[in-house]
Amino acid sequence: MNVFHFFLQHHKEILELALEHLWLVGISTLLAVLIGIPLGIISAHWPVWNKPVLGTANVIQTVPSLALFGFLLPVPWIGARADRLAILALTLYALLPVIRNTYTGIRGVDPSVVEAGRGMGLTDRQLLLHVELPLAVSVILSGVRVAVVVSVGLATIAAAIGAGGLGEFIFRGLAMVNNELILAGAIPAAILALSADFGLGWLERRLQPR
Amino acid sequence: MEPTPTNAPVIEFRAVVYTLPNGQQLLHNMNLQVQRGETLVLLGRSGSGKTTTLKLINRLLTPSGGEVRVNGAITAKSDVIRLRRSIGYVIQDVGLFPHFSVERNIGLVPRIEGWPADRIHARVEELLQLVELDSKIASRYPHQLSGGQRQRVGVARALAADPAILLMDEPFGAVDAITRDQLQREFLALQRRLNKTVVFVTHDLREALRLGSRIALMEAGQLVTVLPPQDFLRSTDSLAAAYVQAFREGWDSPAKGGT
Repeated sequence: MNVFHFFLQHHKEILELALEHLWLVGISTLLAVLIGIPLGIISAHWPVWNKPVLGTANVIQTVPSLALFGFLLPVPWIGARADRLAILALTLYALLPVIRNTYTGIRGVDPSVVEAGRGMGLTDRQLLLHVELPLAVSVILSGVRVAVVVSVGLATIAAAIGAGGLGEFIFRGLAMVNNELILAGAIPAAILALSADFGLGWLERRLQPR
Repeated sequence: MEPTPTNAPVIEFRAVVYTLPNGQQLLHNMNLQVQRGETLVLLGRSGSGKTTTLKLINRLLTPSGGEVRVNGAITAKSDVIRLRRSIGYVIQDVGLFPHFSVERNIGLVPRIEGWPADRIHARVEELLQLVELDSKIASRYPHQLSGGQRQRVGVARALAADPAILLMDEPFGAVDAITRDQLQREFLALQRRLNKTVVFVTHDLREALRLGSRIALMEAGQLVTVLPPQDFLRSTDSLAAAYVQAFREGWDSPAKGGT
Protein backbone atom coordinates (compact mmCIF):
# COMPACT_ATOMS: atom_id res chain seq x y z
CA MET A 1 0.00 0.00 0.00
CA ASN A 2 2.92 2.26 0.79
CA VAL A 3 4.36 1.75 -2.63
CA PHE A 4 1.03 2.57 -4.21
CA HIS A 5 0.79 5.81 -2.29
CA PHE A 6 4.30 6.70 -3.19
CA PHE A 7 3.47 6.17 -6.88
CA LEU A 8 0.42 8.40 -6.61
CA GLN A 9 2.34 11.14 -4.88
CA HIS A 10 5.30 11.08 -7.20
CA HIS A 11 3.59 10.22 -10.50
CA LYS A 12 4.86 13.39 -12.13
CA GLU A 13 8.48 12.67 -11.35
CA ILE A 14 8.12 9.00 -12.27
CA LEU A 15 6.66 9.94 -15.63
CA GLU A 16 9.42 12.43 -16.26
CA LEU A 17 12.17 9.95 -15.48
CA ALA A 18 10.40 7.23 -17.46
CA LEU A 19 10.36 9.54 -20.52
CA GLU A 20 14.03 10.30 -20.00
CA HIS A 21 14.66 6.58 -19.76
CA LEU A 22 12.73 5.96 -22.94
CA TRP A 23 14.68 8.67 -24.70
CA LEU A 24 18.03 7.11 -23.72
CA VAL A 25 16.88 3.67 -24.89
CA GLY A 26 15.18 4.98 -28.04
CA ILE A 27 18.11 7.03 -29.33
CA SER A 28 20.67 4.33 -28.57
CA THR A 29 18.55 1.61 -30.20
CA LEU A 30 18.08 3.78 -33.27
CA LEU A 31 21.84 4.31 -33.50
CA ALA A 32 22.50 0.60 -32.96
CA VAL A 33 20.08 -0.27 -35.77
CA LEU A 34 21.61 2.32 -38.13
CA ILE A 35 25.11 1.00 -37.47
CA GLY A 36 24.39 -2.66 -36.74
CA ILE A 37 22.27 -3.59 -39.77
CA PRO A 38 24.88 -2.40 -42.32
CA LEU A 39 27.60 -4.17 -40.32
CA GLY A 40 25.50 -7.35 -40.26
CA ILE A 41 24.97 -7.12 -44.03
CA ILE A 42 28.69 -6.63 -44.59
CA SER A 43 29.64 -9.63 -42.47
CA ALA A 44 27.01 -11.80 -44.16
CA HIS A 45 28.20 -10.89 -47.68
CA TRP A 46 31.95 -10.70 -47.13
CA PRO A 47 33.01 -13.58 -44.86
CA VAL A 48 36.38 -11.92 -44.10
CA TRP A 49 34.53 -9.28 -42.09
CA ASN A 50 32.46 -11.76 -40.17
CA LYS A 51 34.98 -12.60 -37.44
CA PRO A 52 36.38 -9.10 -36.77
CA VAL A 53 32.92 -7.47 -36.70
CA LEU A 54 31.14 -10.07 -34.57
CA GLY A 55 34.24 -10.55 -32.45
CA THR A 56 34.50 -6.85 -31.61
CA ALA A 57 30.79 -6.63 -30.81
CA ASN A 58 31.19 -9.69 -28.60
CA VAL A 59 34.11 -8.21 -26.69
CA ILE A 60 32.23 -4.94 -26.11
CA GLN A 61 29.37 -6.99 -24.68
CA THR A 62 31.67 -8.55 -22.09
CA VAL A 63 32.90 -5.22 -20.68
CA PRO A 64 31.04 -4.52 -17.40
CA SER A 65 28.73 -1.56 -17.90
CA LEU A 66 30.12 0.60 -15.11
CA ALA A 67 33.63 0.05 -16.44
CA LEU A 68 32.48 0.99 -19.93
CA PHE A 69 31.13 4.29 -18.62
CA GLY A 70 34.51 4.85 -17.01
CA PHE A 71 36.40 4.05 -20.21
CA LEU A 72 34.30 6.45 -22.24
CA LEU A 73 34.62 9.32 -19.77
CA PRO A 74 37.88 10.75 -21.22
CA VAL A 75 36.54 10.63 -24.82
CA PRO A 76 36.20 14.25 -26.05
CA TRP A 77 32.68 15.60 -26.71
CA ILE A 78 31.17 12.29 -25.56
CA GLY A 79 32.57 12.55 -22.03
CA ALA A 80 31.42 16.15 -21.70
CA ARG A 81 27.79 15.24 -21.02
CA ALA A 82 26.39 12.32 -19.09
CA ASP A 83 23.54 11.61 -21.52
CA ARG A 84 25.91 11.41 -24.50
CA LEU A 85 28.04 8.99 -22.55
CA ALA A 86 25.05 6.87 -21.57
CA ILE A 87 23.71 6.80 -25.15
CA LEU A 88 27.07 5.74 -26.56
CA ALA A 89 27.45 2.96 -23.99
CA LEU A 90 23.92 1.69 -24.58
CA THR A 91 24.46 1.81 -28.34
CA LEU A 92 27.62 -0.27 -28.04
CA TYR A 93 25.79 -2.89 -25.97
CA ALA A 94 22.86 -3.01 -28.38
CA LEU A 95 25.12 -3.59 -31.40
CA LEU A 96 25.79 -7.28 -30.83
CA PRO A 97 22.23 -8.62 -31.03
CA VAL A 98 21.47 -6.37 -34.03
CA ILE A 99 24.59 -7.35 -35.96
CA ARG A 100 24.32 -11.03 -35.09
CA ASN A 101 20.66 -11.31 -36.06
CA THR A 102 21.13 -9.38 -39.29
CA TYR A 103 23.96 -11.76 -40.15
CA THR A 104 21.94 -14.84 -39.19
CA GLY A 105 18.83 -13.60 -41.00
CA ILE A 106 20.62 -12.95 -44.27
CA ARG A 107 22.65 -16.15 -44.13
CA GLY A 108 19.44 -18.01 -43.40
CA VAL A 109 17.79 -17.06 -46.70
CA ASP A 110 17.30 -20.20 -48.80
CA PRO A 111 20.34 -20.40 -51.13
CA SER A 112 18.18 -21.52 -54.05
CA VAL A 113 16.16 -18.31 -53.75
CA VAL A 114 19.34 -16.24 -53.87
CA GLU A 115 20.68 -18.27 -56.79
CA ALA A 116 17.44 -17.87 -58.71
CA GLY A 117 17.50 -14.12 -58.09
CA ARG A 118 21.09 -13.83 -59.20
CA GLY A 119 20.43 -15.99 -62.26
CA MET A 120 17.51 -13.74 -63.22
CA GLY A 121 19.89 -10.81 -63.37
CA LEU A 122 19.17 -8.99 -60.11
CA THR A 123 22.02 -6.72 -59.08
CA ASP A 124 23.49 -7.20 -55.57
CA ARG A 125 21.55 -4.16 -54.43
CA GLN A 126 18.25 -5.40 -55.87
CA LEU A 127 18.86 -8.83 -54.37
CA LEU A 128 19.42 -7.23 -50.97
CA LEU A 129 16.42 -4.90 -51.08
CA HIS A 130 13.86 -7.16 -52.80
CA VAL A 131 14.88 -10.55 -51.47
CA GLU A 132 17.38 -10.81 -48.63
CA LEU A 133 16.24 -8.02 -46.29
CA PRO A 134 12.50 -8.74 -46.63
CA LEU A 135 13.15 -12.42 -45.88
CA ALA A 136 15.46 -11.62 -42.96
CA VAL A 137 13.33 -8.86 -41.44
CA SER A 138 11.69 -10.88 -38.67
CA VAL A 139 15.03 -12.32 -37.53
CA ILE A 140 16.57 -8.83 -37.54
CA LEU A 141 13.63 -7.49 -35.58
CA SER A 142 13.99 -10.17 -32.94
CA GLY A 143 17.58 -8.95 -32.49
CA VAL A 144 16.34 -5.38 -32.08
CA ARG A 145 13.85 -6.67 -29.53
CA VAL A 146 16.59 -8.30 -27.46
CA ALA A 147 18.63 -5.08 -27.72
CA VAL A 148 15.74 -2.94 -26.47
CA VAL A 149 14.89 -5.17 -23.53
CA VAL A 150 18.54 -5.34 -22.45
CA SER A 151 18.90 -1.56 -22.91
CA VAL A 152 15.93 -0.76 -20.70
CA GLY A 153 17.56 -2.66 -17.85
CA LEU A 154 21.01 -1.35 -18.56
CA ALA A 155 19.86 2.26 -18.80
CA THR A 156 19.03 2.23 -15.08
CA ILE A 157 22.80 2.14 -14.48
CA ALA A 158 23.17 5.34 -16.51
CA ALA A 159 21.90 7.19 -13.46
CA ALA A 160 25.20 6.32 -11.77
CA ILE A 161 26.93 8.83 -14.05
CA GLY A 162 24.10 11.33 -13.77
CA ALA A 163 22.41 10.64 -17.11
CA GLY A 164 18.97 10.41 -15.48
CA GLY A 165 16.29 7.87 -16.20
CA LEU A 166 14.50 5.56 -13.82
CA GLY A 167 17.83 4.52 -12.31
CA GLU A 168 17.70 7.77 -10.35
CA PHE A 169 15.06 6.28 -8.06
CA ILE A 170 16.96 3.05 -7.72
CA PHE A 171 20.23 4.69 -6.77
CA ARG A 172 18.51 7.11 -4.45
CA GLY A 173 16.63 4.25 -2.84
CA LEU A 174 19.80 2.24 -2.42
CA ALA A 175 21.55 5.17 -0.76
CA MET A 176 18.62 5.85 1.56
CA VAL A 177 17.84 2.17 2.13
CA ASN A 178 14.30 2.91 0.95
CA ASN A 179 12.54 0.06 -0.82
CA GLU A 180 9.70 2.22 -2.10
CA LEU A 181 12.13 4.41 -3.95
CA ILE A 182 13.86 1.38 -5.46
CA LEU A 183 10.52 -0.04 -6.60
CA ALA A 184 9.49 3.34 -8.03
CA GLY A 185 12.39 2.92 -10.44
CA ALA A 186 12.30 -0.83 -10.91
CA ILE A 187 8.59 -1.34 -11.57
CA PRO A 188 8.21 1.27 -14.36
CA ALA A 189 11.46 -0.03 -15.89
CA ALA A 190 10.07 -3.57 -15.90
CA ILE A 191 6.82 -2.33 -17.44
CA LEU A 192 8.77 -0.48 -20.16
CA ALA A 193 10.81 -3.60 -20.94
CA LEU A 194 7.76 -5.85 -21.07
CA SER A 195 5.75 -3.51 -23.31
CA ALA A 196 8.70 -3.06 -25.69
CA ASP A 197 9.11 -6.83 -25.79
CA PHE A 198 5.43 -7.36 -26.45
CA GLY A 199 5.13 -4.62 -29.09
CA LEU A 200 8.20 -5.65 -31.05
CA GLY A 201 7.22 -9.32 -30.76
CA TRP A 202 3.87 -8.49 -32.31
CA LEU A 203 5.56 -6.57 -35.14
CA GLU A 204 7.97 -9.44 -35.67
CA ARG A 205 5.13 -11.92 -36.15
CA ARG A 206 3.32 -9.51 -38.49
CA LEU A 207 6.41 -9.22 -40.70
CA GLN A 208 7.25 -12.92 -40.70
CA PRO A 209 7.59 -14.07 -44.29
CA ARG A 210 5.73 -17.26 -45.12
CA MET B 1 30.58 -6.59 -81.39
CA GLU B 2 31.29 -8.63 -84.50
CA PRO B 3 28.26 -9.35 -86.72
CA THR B 4 26.97 -12.89 -86.25
CA PRO B 5 25.85 -14.95 -89.23
CA THR B 6 22.51 -16.71 -88.74
CA ASN B 7 24.02 -20.18 -88.56
CA ALA B 8 26.53 -19.20 -85.89
CA PRO B 9 26.11 -21.06 -82.58
CA VAL B 10 24.06 -19.22 -79.96
CA ILE B 11 26.26 -20.59 -77.19
CA GLU B 12 29.83 -21.63 -77.67
CA PHE B 13 32.46 -23.06 -75.30
CA ARG B 14 36.04 -22.70 -76.48
CA ALA B 15 38.61 -24.65 -74.47
CA VAL B 16 36.85 -23.75 -71.24
CA VAL B 17 38.47 -24.70 -67.96
CA TYR B 18 36.90 -24.13 -64.58
CA THR B 19 38.97 -24.43 -61.43
CA LEU B 20 37.82 -23.86 -57.86
CA PRO B 21 39.84 -21.41 -55.72
CA ASN B 22 41.27 -24.46 -53.87
CA GLY B 23 42.75 -25.72 -57.13
CA GLN B 24 40.29 -28.50 -57.83
CA GLN B 25 39.46 -28.62 -61.54
CA LEU B 26 35.75 -29.13 -62.21
CA LEU B 27 35.86 -28.74 -65.96
CA HIS B 28 38.67 -29.66 -68.34
CA ASN B 29 38.98 -28.20 -71.82
CA MET B 30 35.30 -28.00 -72.71
CA ASN B 31 34.39 -27.40 -76.35
CA LEU B 32 30.72 -27.23 -77.20
CA GLN B 33 28.35 -25.45 -79.55
CA VAL B 34 24.64 -24.98 -79.06
CA GLN B 35 22.60 -24.07 -82.14
CA ARG B 36 19.61 -21.78 -82.35
CA GLY B 37 16.34 -23.46 -81.41
CA GLU B 38 17.79 -26.77 -80.26
CA THR B 39 17.45 -28.43 -76.88
CA LEU B 40 20.88 -29.58 -75.81
CA VAL B 41 20.75 -31.94 -72.88
CA LEU B 42 23.75 -32.19 -70.57
CA LEU B 43 23.61 -35.72 -69.23
CA GLY B 44 25.86 -37.00 -66.48
CA ARG B 45 26.20 -38.20 -62.93
CA SER B 46 26.37 -35.79 -60.02
CA GLY B 47 29.80 -34.20 -59.93
CA SER B 48 30.30 -34.67 -63.67
CA GLY B 49 30.35 -30.90 -64.26
CA LYS B 50 26.97 -30.42 -65.93
CA THR B 51 25.69 -27.77 -63.52
CA THR B 52 29.08 -26.03 -63.65
CA THR B 53 28.76 -25.94 -67.43
CA LEU B 54 25.30 -24.43 -67.17
CA LYS B 55 26.37 -21.74 -64.70
CA LEU B 56 29.23 -20.73 -66.96
CA ILE B 57 26.68 -19.74 -69.60
CA ASN B 58 24.93 -17.06 -67.50
CA ARG B 59 28.17 -16.29 -65.69
CA LEU B 60 27.08 -17.41 -62.27
CA LEU B 61 30.58 -18.84 -62.69
CA THR B 62 33.39 -17.27 -64.72
CA PRO B 63 35.73 -19.51 -66.74
CA SER B 64 39.25 -19.95 -65.32
CA GLY B 65 40.51 -20.56 -68.84
CA GLY B 66 39.16 -20.39 -72.39
CA GLU B 67 36.00 -18.49 -73.23
CA VAL B 68 32.25 -18.85 -73.31
CA ARG B 69 30.41 -16.94 -76.01
CA VAL B 70 26.73 -16.12 -76.05
CA ASN B 71 25.49 -14.74 -79.37
CA GLY B 72 29.11 -14.29 -80.35
CA ALA B 73 30.04 -12.11 -77.39
CA ILE B 74 32.51 -13.32 -74.78
CA THR B 75 30.55 -13.56 -71.54
CA ALA B 76 33.48 -12.54 -69.34
CA LYS B 77 33.54 -9.20 -71.18
CA SER B 78 29.78 -8.65 -71.33
CA ASP B 79 27.57 -6.74 -68.91
CA VAL B 80 26.67 -9.59 -66.56
CA ILE B 81 23.28 -8.20 -65.56
CA ARG B 82 22.17 -7.71 -69.18
CA LEU B 83 23.51 -11.17 -70.03
CA ARG B 84 21.51 -12.84 -67.25
CA ARG B 85 18.34 -10.96 -68.08
CA SER B 86 18.60 -12.20 -71.67
CA ILE B 87 18.76 -15.80 -70.43
CA GLY B 88 15.99 -17.64 -68.58
CA TYR B 89 17.15 -19.77 -65.66
CA VAL B 90 15.18 -22.59 -64.02
CA ILE B 91 16.59 -24.69 -61.17
CA GLN B 92 15.44 -27.85 -59.42
CA ASP B 93 14.56 -26.12 -56.16
CA VAL B 94 12.75 -23.48 -58.26
CA GLY B 95 13.80 -20.72 -55.86
CA LEU B 96 10.49 -18.88 -55.95
CA PHE B 97 10.55 -15.83 -53.70
CA PRO B 98 8.51 -16.99 -50.70
CA HIS B 99 7.41 -13.47 -49.76
CA PHE B 100 6.05 -12.66 -53.22
CA SER B 101 2.78 -13.79 -54.77
CA VAL B 102 2.94 -15.80 -58.00
CA GLU B 103 2.23 -12.64 -59.97
CA ARG B 104 5.08 -10.71 -58.35
CA ASN B 105 7.42 -13.65 -58.73
CA ILE B 106 6.78 -13.83 -62.45
CA GLY B 107 6.69 -10.07 -62.90
CA LEU B 108 9.81 -9.19 -60.92
CA VAL B 109 12.25 -8.76 -63.80
CA PRO B 110 9.74 -6.85 -65.96
CA ARG B 111 9.05 -4.61 -62.95
CA ILE B 112 12.74 -3.95 -62.42
CA GLU B 113 13.07 -3.31 -66.14
CA GLY B 114 10.45 -0.61 -65.68
CA TRP B 115 7.51 -2.08 -67.60
CA PRO B 116 4.18 -0.35 -66.94
CA ALA B 117 1.91 -2.22 -64.50
CA ASP B 118 -0.78 -3.14 -67.02
CA ARG B 119 1.76 -4.63 -69.39
CA ILE B 120 3.25 -6.72 -66.57
CA HIS B 121 -0.19 -7.91 -65.60
CA ALA B 122 -1.03 -8.90 -69.18
CA ARG B 123 2.31 -10.68 -69.52
CA VAL B 124 1.75 -12.64 -66.29
CA GLU B 125 -1.69 -13.75 -67.53
CA GLU B 126 -0.21 -14.79 -70.84
CA LEU B 127 2.61 -16.76 -69.20
CA LEU B 128 0.31 -18.52 -66.74
CA GLN B 129 -1.78 -19.65 -69.69
CA LEU B 130 1.35 -20.76 -71.51
CA VAL B 131 2.41 -23.04 -68.65
CA GLU B 132 -1.19 -24.24 -68.26
CA LEU B 133 -1.94 -22.66 -64.91
CA ASP B 134 -5.23 -21.08 -63.90
CA SER B 135 -4.93 -17.29 -63.71
CA LYS B 136 -6.62 -17.50 -60.27
CA ILE B 137 -3.28 -18.76 -58.99
CA ALA B 138 -1.64 -15.35 -59.57
CA SER B 139 -2.51 -14.05 -56.11
CA ARG B 140 -1.30 -17.17 -54.27
CA TYR B 141 2.01 -17.56 -52.47
CA PRO B 142 4.58 -20.27 -53.28
CA HIS B 143 3.86 -22.27 -50.11
CA GLN B 144 0.25 -22.64 -51.26
CA LEU B 145 1.24 -24.39 -54.49
CA SER B 146 1.93 -28.03 -55.33
CA GLY B 147 5.39 -29.09 -56.52
CA GLY B 148 4.25 -29.24 -60.12
CA GLN B 149 2.60 -25.82 -59.95
CA ARG B 150 5.70 -24.32 -58.40
CA GLN B 151 7.83 -25.71 -61.20
CA ARG B 152 5.48 -24.25 -63.80
CA VAL B 153 5.64 -20.84 -62.10
CA GLY B 154 9.44 -21.17 -62.18
CA VAL B 155 9.33 -21.73 -65.94
CA ALA B 156 6.89 -18.84 -66.40
CA ARG B 157 9.17 -16.57 -64.39
CA ALA B 158 12.18 -17.55 -66.48
CA LEU B 159 10.23 -16.70 -69.63
CA ALA B 160 8.93 -13.36 -68.33
CA ALA B 161 11.23 -11.05 -70.25
CA ASP B 162 11.05 -13.34 -73.31
CA PRO B 163 14.69 -14.50 -73.35
CA ALA B 164 15.94 -16.35 -76.44
CA ILE B 165 17.93 -18.77 -74.29
CA LEU B 166 16.66 -20.97 -71.49
CA LEU B 167 18.89 -22.79 -68.99
CA MET B 168 17.22 -25.57 -67.01
CA ASP B 169 19.00 -27.39 -64.18
CA GLU B 170 17.14 -30.64 -63.42
CA PRO B 171 13.90 -28.68 -63.37
CA PHE B 172 11.70 -31.78 -63.07
CA GLY B 173 13.95 -33.67 -60.66
CA ALA B 174 11.98 -33.03 -57.50
CA VAL B 175 8.44 -33.92 -58.61
CA ASP B 176 6.68 -37.28 -58.72
CA ALA B 177 6.82 -39.47 -61.85
CA ILE B 178 3.35 -38.62 -63.13
CA THR B 179 3.81 -34.88 -62.71
CA ARG B 180 7.23 -35.16 -64.31
CA ASP B 181 5.77 -36.94 -67.32
CA GLN B 182 3.19 -34.20 -67.67
CA LEU B 183 5.76 -31.41 -67.27
CA GLN B 184 7.98 -33.04 -69.90
CA ARG B 185 5.05 -33.26 -72.31
CA GLU B 186 4.23 -29.60 -71.70
CA PHE B 187 7.86 -28.66 -72.13
CA LEU B 188 7.90 -30.29 -75.58
CA ALA B 189 4.70 -28.50 -76.59
CA LEU B 190 6.06 -25.21 -75.27
CA GLN B 191 9.35 -25.68 -77.08
CA ARG B 192 7.55 -26.37 -80.37
CA ARG B 193 5.74 -23.04 -80.00
CA LEU B 194 8.52 -20.85 -78.64
CA ASN B 195 11.55 -22.36 -80.32
CA LYS B 196 14.00 -21.21 -77.64
CA THR B 197 17.59 -22.29 -77.46
CA VAL B 198 17.57 -24.58 -74.42
CA VAL B 199 20.36 -26.14 -72.38
CA PHE B 200 18.87 -28.76 -70.10
CA VAL B 201 20.71 -30.57 -67.31
CA THR B 202 19.59 -34.03 -66.18
CA HIS B 203 20.96 -37.32 -64.87
CA ASP B 204 18.00 -39.22 -66.31
CA LEU B 205 18.63 -40.82 -69.72
CA ARG B 206 14.92 -41.27 -70.30
CA GLU B 207 14.38 -37.51 -69.88
CA ALA B 208 17.40 -36.77 -72.07
CA LEU B 209 16.12 -39.03 -74.88
CA ARG B 210 12.67 -37.55 -74.70
CA LEU B 211 13.50 -33.86 -74.59
CA GLY B 212 16.88 -33.43 -76.26
CA SER B 213 17.66 -32.71 -79.87
CA ARG B 214 21.22 -33.60 -78.90
CA ILE B 215 22.66 -35.23 -75.79
CA ALA B 216 26.01 -34.12 -74.41
CA LEU B 217 27.35 -36.82 -72.14
CA MET B 218 29.63 -35.64 -69.33
CA GLU B 219 31.83 -37.51 -66.89
CA ALA B 220 34.37 -36.23 -64.35
CA GLY B 221 34.53 -32.73 -65.80
CA GLN B 222 34.94 -33.91 -69.39
CA LEU B 223 32.60 -33.85 -72.32
CA VAL B 224 32.52 -37.49 -73.46
CA THR B 225 30.38 -37.27 -76.57
CA VAL B 226 27.57 -35.25 -78.16
CA LEU B 227 24.97 -37.25 -80.07
CA PRO B 228 21.36 -37.02 -81.22
CA PRO B 229 19.08 -39.33 -79.15
CA GLN B 230 18.72 -42.07 -81.78
CA ASP B 231 22.51 -42.27 -82.22
CA PHE B 232 23.03 -42.23 -78.47
CA LEU B 233 21.12 -45.50 -78.12
CA ARG B 234 23.43 -47.15 -80.69
CA SER B 235 26.63 -45.50 -79.50
CA THR B 236 29.70 -47.69 -79.14
CA ASP B 237 31.17 -45.36 -76.55
CA SER B 238 31.53 -47.43 -73.39
CA LEU B 239 30.04 -44.84 -71.02
CA ALA B 240 27.08 -44.11 -73.29
CA ALA B 241 26.56 -47.87 -73.68
CA ALA B 242 26.64 -48.27 -69.90
CA TYR B 243 23.89 -45.64 -69.56
CA VAL B 244 21.78 -47.35 -72.21
CA GLN B 245 22.31 -50.73 -70.60
CA ALA B 246 21.33 -49.45 -67.13
CA PHE B 247 18.26 -47.88 -68.70
CA ARG B 248 17.23 -51.13 -70.50
CA GLU B 249 17.80 -53.21 -67.37
CA GLY B 250 15.48 -50.97 -65.42
CA TRP B 251 12.96 -51.52 -68.18
CA ASP B 252 13.28 -55.34 -68.45
CA SER B 253 13.61 -56.01 -64.74
CA PRO B 254 12.88 -59.56 -63.61
CA ALA B 255 10.35 -58.17 -61.19
CA LYS B 256 8.12 -57.47 -64.17
CA GLY B 257 8.63 -60.99 -65.55
CA GLY B 258 11.10 -59.87 -68.22
CA THR B 259 14.34 -61.70 -68.92
